[in-house]
Amino acid sequence: MGGSTEEIRLSETGAVVRLTPEHKLILTLIEANTRVLDLGCGEGDLMLALKVSKGVRAEGVELSEACIQACVARGLVSVHHGDLDEGLADYPDKSVDYVVSTNTIQALHRPMVLIREMARVGKRCIVSFPNFAHWRVRLQLLLKGRMPKTLKLPYEWYETLNIHLTTIHDFRDFCRKAGLKVLREIPLRSSAPGTYTEVRFLPNLRADAAIFILEDALPPAD
Amino acid sequence: MDKPGSVGIVETKYLTFAEPPSEMTLECGRTLGPITLAYETYGELNEARDNAILVVHALSGDAHAAGYHHPRDKHPGWWDIMIGSGRAFDTRKYFVICSNIIGGCQGSTGPSSINPQTGRPYGLSFPMVTVRDWVDTQKILIDHLGIKRLLCVVGGSTGGMQVLQWVVSYPDMVRLAIPIATTSKLSAQAIAFNEVGRVAIQSDPNWREGEYYGKALPRRGLTIARMIGHITYLSDRSMHQKFGRRLQDKSAYGYDFRTDFQVESYLRYKGDHFVDRFDANSYLYITKAMDYFDLTQGNGSLEGVFAGVKARFLVISFSSDWLFPTYQSKEIVSALRRVQADVIFTEIQTDYGHDAFLLESEQLSSLITNFLGHGWKEKS
Repeated sequence: MGGSTEEIRLSETGAVVRLTPEHKLILTLIEANTRVLDLGCGEGDLMLALKVSKGVRAEGVELSEACIQACVARGLVSVHHGDLDEGLADYPDKSVDYVVSTNTIQALHRPMVLIREMARVGKRCIVSFPNFAHWRVRLQLLLKGRMPKTLKLPYEWYETLNIHLTTIHDFRDFCRKAGLKVLREIPLRSSAPGTYTEVRFLPNLRADAAIFILEDALPPAD
Repeated sequence: MDKPGSVGIVETKYLTFAEPPSEMTLECGRTLGPITLAYETYGELNEARDNAILVVHALSGDAHAAGYHHPRDKHPGWWDIMIGSGRAFDTRKYFVICSNIIGGCQGSTGPSSINPQTGRPYGLSFPMVTVRDWVDTQKILIDHLGIKRLLCVVGGSTGGMQVLQWVVSYPDMVRLAIPIATTSKLSAQAIAFNEVGRVAIQSDPNWREGEYYGKALPRRGLTIARMIGHITYLSDRSMHQKFGRRLQDKSAYGYDFRTDFQVESYLRYKGDHFVDRFDANSYLYITKAMDYFDLTQGNGSLEGVFAGVKARFLVISFSSDWLFPTYQSKEIVSALRRVQADVIFTEIQTDYGHDAFLLESEQLSSLITNFLGHGWKEKS
């Protein structure tokens, strides 16, 4: 939760969406005419962008009533008011091509339960999260001795929703423990609002966020 | 009256069909005919006949959903806040139909209607009707109006049951469905409250096995039934806010069994008022139809029932509704999602309990306005 966005006008409809750098990268990762489930879809920006630019059939899950209202106002047709900590019981196995979760997993009570559910429901999963091992975070704690506050993590410790912060290294271990295969890691460094650069050198130190593309490594349960 | 957007003066219309010997066979196996349906319409049906919205009402509702019957009427129709020019069901764009249900007492054939075979009111000889029968009769009305496909079917509570039955019985006739504060099958708790209401009516000595027409009415029984009903439509919090422990027209306890508290006075008023406009036998029949409602008919999965649905859904529940709690809407949503229907689901935060669907709500009207607006724009 947190981070900068850029306003983009979707040509066909004239609708305006606010996309984070992660959203923009995810748009390039998802093939046209696929089925996508967006967990913590907010006001539906990514769903709308996917629908308009790629003909994706997008569904969303969102906890906030106001966000659902916004999704309906934008003409999105499949949005579920629900709590991700309750899992994805309504969704059959491998029923969508991608389950996407941007900047949400670190705010859940049981990330392990959700990542397993994502792998069950989606043929592939795309997860983005802020990297707590970024050098700015490390330095703030080391030099100032205070809880870090950055562009990606702008909240005071007592009001943050990010209760399960992680690093790129830890997330990789977590995926392995959860029985997920990492297909691709994309460490990101965002600079100006809405822009990002992929970090190839010392990613766990220099990336302030990362996107993982994952798939289920476990055989399907009978 | 003359509030901006009001549909103004309206009148109830009637459609009679199933004249003997072509009576309609009901779900219970018995036949009924002739059948009269009371209905009202607001706005204009367009040339393509594709802008029609069917509004279906709850237990005590009627065909009079919007506007006024007489310039001197104190109150408009029961969903006037939602129906009119510039309102959620915008009569500048849409043709809105509201149909009364059979078994009721507000113009459609019911137990208080005259049985043409005997020349006397049906009373308990009226056949048991079900939600499916309600929908089948509404279908005849829609056919009669020359509408092949409804833009939307919408209703709350028992009306929501009819919405669900519509998309299951006539999947090709509904583009958009809005079931509000409802369930796919009535819960044991709701059946229990219905039964207490029925027992109250049946225990009234004036009820006389339903043969009270032209005699003293079972007022006390129906009043009690309505009082119980009203408790279930509110919430602990809304009652606390509305009445608290405030006393009615007194400053100290009376230490007797006359009315002390405002909440008592309110319930009595609601009960008394109801008796003047509602028939006790209709209350029995309609609550029984609710009790029998189970889309799965007690077997098979809800998914199986929804397998052929074609509508797009907006499912709404209210956080403080304990008569039709949110989990019951979620069951509907779950099953719809499993058959890959397009579903918007939201639980609106409110203290007003089950009755919230009848009250002015910015959230409810903007959800419906937007859902309908996009559905209308995208209709093929």
